[in-house]
Amino acid sequence: MSAPLFEYLLRLGDDRLVLGHRLSEWCGHGPILEEDIALANLSLDLLGQATLFLRLAGEVEGLGRDEDALAYWRDEHEFRNLQLCELPRGDFAFTMVRQLLFAAWNVHLLDALERSSHAGLAGITAKALKETRYHLRHCSEWVQRLGDGTAESHGRAQGALDELWPWTGELSYQDEVDAALQAEGMVPQLEPLRGPWEAQAREVLVRATLTVPAGPPRMSGGRFGRHTEHLGHLLAELQIVARSHPGATW
Amino acid sequence: MTDALEILATVMDPEVPVLSVMELGIVRQVEVDPAGAAIAVTVTPTYSGCPAMHTIEAEIRKALLAAGFQAVELKTVYAPAWTTDWISAPAREKLRAFGIAPPGAASGDLVPLQSAARRIDCPYCGSADTEVVSHFGATACKSLYRCRDCRQPFEHFKPF
Repeated sequence: MSAPLFEYLLRLGDDRLVLGHRLSEWCGHGPILEEDIALANLSLDLLGQATLFLRLAGEVEGLGRDEDALAYWRDEHEFRNLQLCELPRGDFAFTMVRQLLFAAWNVHLLDALERSSHAGLAGITAKALKETRYHLRHCSEWVQRLGDGTAESHGRAQGALDELWPWTGELSYQDEVDAALQAEGMVPQLEPLRGPWEAQAREVLVRATLTVPAGPPRMSGGRFGRHTEHLGHLLAELQIVARSHPGATW
Repeated sequence: MTDALEILATVMDPEVPVLSVMELGIVRQVEVDPAGAAIAVTVTPTYSGCPAMHTIEAEIRKALLAAGFQAVELKTVYAPAWTTDWISAPAREKLRAFGIAPPGAASGDLVPLQSAARRIDCPYCGSADTEVVSHFGATACKSLYRCRDCRQPFEHFKPF
């Protein structure tokens, strides 16, 4: 069971590492000071969660790799994050709409994972769920404010949603990794989470006077290492210091 | 054992220096060997990415070594997840006196779209006429508020 669990933990960890890095790019560039700090807080939560999921992944793998080895010394094709998470941060509307879609999915996913038969996974999930609820509230308020705001903010939020929506198909992607762990009661079926997720997201989007795109969300390949051109650039920045100075400590 | 707990009660949180690691509920278990030379302290992190945890663990180690323990082991547990409900009533009063509005009861419900209309009293003048400035403050565990009566900005320890 260790190989599927290792893969699954990489998926959870890499989503957070990559999206947390995207949020960290806002540090010093937020539209207002309070929001700059808020985005850094969200980023910190996600990087903290990534640390815990990747640490557990390393323990499960049993080859002596810790969270730093997994974050800094894997290459692009070894990353298992959703492509949604690696897209460039865009403007503030794009960042907030993406964060809303991601957080809304994860309150349902983490809620189910909290009941995992794997005690280690359930333990770190409980904390991540509490953090993600705060993220969801924060992003929901911003998306409502932007969508139901000025013509400019509405246009940007709608543009962000139109661009992001097709990437959400991958949220519920599952394969033999999920099947093996579902058989052990460790992880949930993802398809049943899609309805509650979409209802939660739509509630916010409708209040924000935004129109959910009609087209079906398309599938992609992040879960088995197929990524957009953007991930490589992100990893170059994320990994350069560790790779230039192997073993360096503060 | 009593000694160890008394020592731990003097180790303060670096971000909230009026509360000790015991009052915050970060210390979950303390085991002292029969000879009293070795001690194992089990801690649980507050938030997944709380950067103060490293400092807190170093401070715990330093305090126990200074008190004469020869071997200090620190263990980490994640379940049950830390909650602000573990902060005692006297500790909440210390927060208020320090200018931080203490947390209400942590809720397990999904957060609704609108901020829960929870009343957060100003820790300075006691007024209930306050407004949220940002849900995320200088640390992950606090949000920013402003009092409409005395105009004082203040922090609120988020229910978690």
